[in-house]
This record gives sequence, C-alpha cells and structure tokens, in this order.
Amino acid sequence: MKPTWMRRPVIVAAMSAAVCGVQAQPNEQQVLRARSLAATCAQCHGTAGRALAGAAVPGLAGLPAGYLVEQMKAFKNGGRLATVMPQIAKGYSDAQIEQLAAYFSAQKIEAPR
Amino acid sequence: MKLQRRDLLKATGAAAALGSLGLTGCAMNTLGTPDKARVLVVGGGFGGATAAKYVRLLSDSKIDVVLVEPEAAFVSCPLSNLVLGGSRLIGDLTMPYTSLAKQHGVTLVKDRVASIDAAKRVAVLASGASIRYDKLVLSPGIEMMWDGVTGLKEASAQGRILQAWKAGAETVALRRQLEAMPDGGVFAITIPEAPYRCPPGPYERACVVAAYFKAAKPRSKVLILDANEDVTSKGALFKRVWAEQYKGIVEYRPQHKATSVDAASNSVRFEIQEEVRADVLNVLPPMRAGAIAVQTSLANSNARWCNVHYLNFESTAAPNIHVIGDAIQVAPAMPKSGHMASSHAKVVAAAIVAELNGWEINPAPMLSNTCYSFVDDKRVIHVVSVHEYVAAEKTFKTVAGSGGLSPAPNELEGTYAWSWARTIWADALA
Repeated sequence: MKPTWMRRPVIVAAMSAAVCGVQAQPNEQQVLRARSLAATCAQCHGTAGRALAGAAVPGLAGLPAGYLVEQMKAFKNGGRLATVMPQIAKGYSDAQIEQLAAYFSAQKIEAPR
Repeated sequence: MKLQRRDLLKATGAAAALGSLGLTGCAMNTLGTPDKARVLVVGGGFGGATAAKYVRLLSDSKIDVVLVEPEAAFVSCPLSNLVLGGSRLIGDLTMPYTSLAKQHGVTLVKDRVASIDAAKRVAVLASGASIRYDKLVLSPGIEMMWDGVTGLKEASAQGRILQAWKAGAETVALRRQLEAMPDGGVFAITIPEAPYRCPPGPYERACVVAAYFKAAKPRSKVLILDANEDVTSKGALFKRVWAEQYKGIVEYRPQHKATSVDAASNSVRFEIQEEVRADVLNVLPPMRAGAIAVQTSLANSNARWCNVHYLNFESTAAPNIHVIGDAIQVAPAMPKSGHMASSHAKVVAAAIVAELNGWEINPAPMLSNTCYSFVDDKRVIHVVSVHEYVAAEKTFKTVAGSGGLSPAPNELEGTYAWSWARTIWADALA
C-alpha cells in the first residue's frame, strides 16, 4: 500500500512563468529536474546559488536570467575569459543554460528559515 | 517502514545522546510518523552527507532521512595534503555534522552499519539496533587492500608506515614523521595502479612536501614510486612543476608496483624494480569499495568496485540500494573524487525523490567535477569536466568540447580552491 505521504500532493515552489519564458507553470517533475540540474553548480557557487560570505566565487541566486544567459554564452564562445568557467560552460547546452538562468534568477539571496 | 524510536535510542546509547545528536523535538516526532518514506544514508563523506541533505531539500522535507556515520565529525580529504606541507592544521578541514540535523532535519546516528538485508530492506547497526528503509544510499568510500602489499598492515598498525589517505589522525602523524625527519632525508610515496581514490592526490602530496623541504630541509628528497606507466592526472603540469620548481628535490619513477614492505628497515620492494629505503615511507596499497559494500556482495566488478545503473546509481546486485562515490565502478573519465561523489549524490537524491513520488526518473542527468591541486602552499592547478548521461550507452560520458586544465600553476586558483572547499563543505553539511 502506498504510504499516505505519496498520495498527498507535494507542494513545491513553482518557478515564475515570466522568468521561464513559458506560459504554463512547470509541473513538479520539471521543477525537480531544474533543481537537480542547478545542483551541478552548487559545489562552487553555493546551495541554490547562494554564495558563502566572503567566497571568491560569486553567488548566482537572484541574478537576472538574461544576465546569466549572456555570461554563460560569453564563457562558451570565448567572449569572457576565466579559469574554469569557459571549460565548464561548454558542457551545457543552450537549453540547459536557459533552465539554469531561470532557476537561479528565481532564488532568493537569503536562505529560507 | 519506520525507524522504531526504541531502536534509535538503543543505537545512540541513551536518550540523552539524542540531544547531543542535534535532534529537535520535531525530529523526534517524525520518527514515530509511519506515513513517511525513509531514506537511509550510510556513510557521511562528500557523497553521503550531500545525499542526505539533498534528499531533504529536493523532497521539500517530505522524505525522512537517517544518516549513519561512525565518526563524530567530517574531515575533508581534499586540502589535507596542506597539513602535510605544514600550512594548515587538520582542524581547518574538520566540521561537525550537526547542521544536517538542525537545518535540514536529517536524523543523525553515530554508529556503524554492520550488515544490510537487501531483501528485507533492513540495516543492522554495530550496536545491534536495526533501521528499516525504503531506499538506501550507500556511500562507503574506500577500503585499503592490505593483502596487496605484504607486511603493510602490520607496519601500518604499528604507526611505522602510514597511508594518511583518509584524512584525520594519520595525516597528523605523517606530518610529525616529516617534521622529525633530518635534513638530507628521503620521503617516498608509492602509488597503486589506477583506479584509486583521488588520482592527482599523490602528486599533489609530493609537491607540497617538496615545498616544505625546499623551505625547511633543502637537502631532502621526495621520491614518487608509481605503479602506473605515467602520471595519472594533470601529468604535463605536475612534471613541469617538478622540473622547474623542485629540480633536484622531486624524482618521479613510473612502473614501480609495490609488493612488500619491511618496517624495520623502512624499505619497500617492487614487482620488478630494485628495493627502495626511505626515511619517511608513505605506502598507498590498492583500494576497493568500503567493507560494507564488499560484505553485502555489491562489489561485483572485479570483487573491488560496485557496478551501478548510472541513471539512478542503483546497484546492479541489489534493488533499492544506491551506491555512490569512490566505491562505484566508474564510467569513462569519471574520477574518484569528493566533488564527483557530491555530484553522484545529487543525481541519486533527485532520482529517489522522483521514484518515491511515482514519477519518471530524469532521463538526462548531469555531473560536474572540479579538482584543484596545490603545487605549494598557494599556487594551484585545476582539472574540470562535465558529464552527461548517454541513454543509448547507459553510461555517463564527458560532454564533447568541455572540460580542461589550467595553463600553469597560479595564485588566483589558490584563492578559488579555498572558495571551492568552503563552499562544497557547506553544500554537503550546512
């Protein structure tokens, strides 16, 4: 028998449709996948893109989506130089970069308590 | 499917111990809630701690997580070579697990898993208590294969010939040996055939010890005795550093597979090459998946590593047990590193949340790896990679055109290495 928690709808903060550039709210599965993809950035940029105080690597939470897309593309095409990011950015497709930008721009800079 | 509260009390010794584990009243209540799925995480390294936190995060705290770890605190292997070089103390790399309980509601159990019954989905602890689970994440790290080098187990137990490959007391003990060594002495490190934990780690160690010698004992030597044909990671960069920065100090000898040690004479013998005596001997034996994985018959690749389905890291040998970190049989170009273990943990956490919700698992998970090596106490070289799941081949491969190395050692990346360390520790533990 399914435990009751599985029958309950899981409440997940939905990403802003405006930021995503899509009409419909993403469903829970899509939100999970976006969070999972964004988690590949967290080892260096902080959980949910929230940098630690004094960290040399910048946080990503709350930055405008357009800016994030622009920078990632600049890393990819050689327009912006850096140590690891040009090599890492080339590992993500344009669609993935859009997803990442949408996710991080929707994150609050302060962690929820 | 629940952890009986009395079992937990037994597991932790006493009710009073629960307080010290950081269990809140709220967390206590969840132990008695029968309608939540439970994920049991075994091992609190980079893989296990990150998995515990991310199952809580990605399920919005809808899934109970119990983390079983015998050590009281997390000690980072990355950067622990700096303790050997003398620029850092082991305390700089040591952090408590308590935030996982306080911030994320993970139930911490300070114990060791003695056995796992995969069919019944029950883990039995060394204390005798048992924990039932819906999903088990096994992140057991590595175990030294002492039989690979005759005499090493005894020499190691005597504290004579150390590994210091799991950061902690041994790291400090090896630093003391280096401090006690007279100027003009020889430090020798032997490297097993790949795969082993942290491919560039031994070469980084040689560098930072050489930096210490150069400053404090300039007539001393570092001898690298490598079972492999060539340097296994960042080879061109390390060799240039040895030739330019440590000329006359570091000597690299490939094809030196250690077969036995003699603690009395502090010497090591090899399969083919001549015996070597050193003042401080650091012998790394072959490694395999942590003991609990081997014992549970999960190490089904060469009896050393655990084969997994890479989409969700589920063992190919047992359902509902997901193996991550250094213990797995790796995909092509996948290093055994703390960062990679953290990446595994996030994929497995998302897969488990999807599965327990009855959703399709993400068909295209991604992994990242960033690895910094110090060549002295400040300057650093990196290697990075991005890995995508290739469904047609059911494995991870690096994304074509991505990844790469530093052009040369530099101080800027020394700053980034410390930023990385503090951030990945917090991403796992805080």
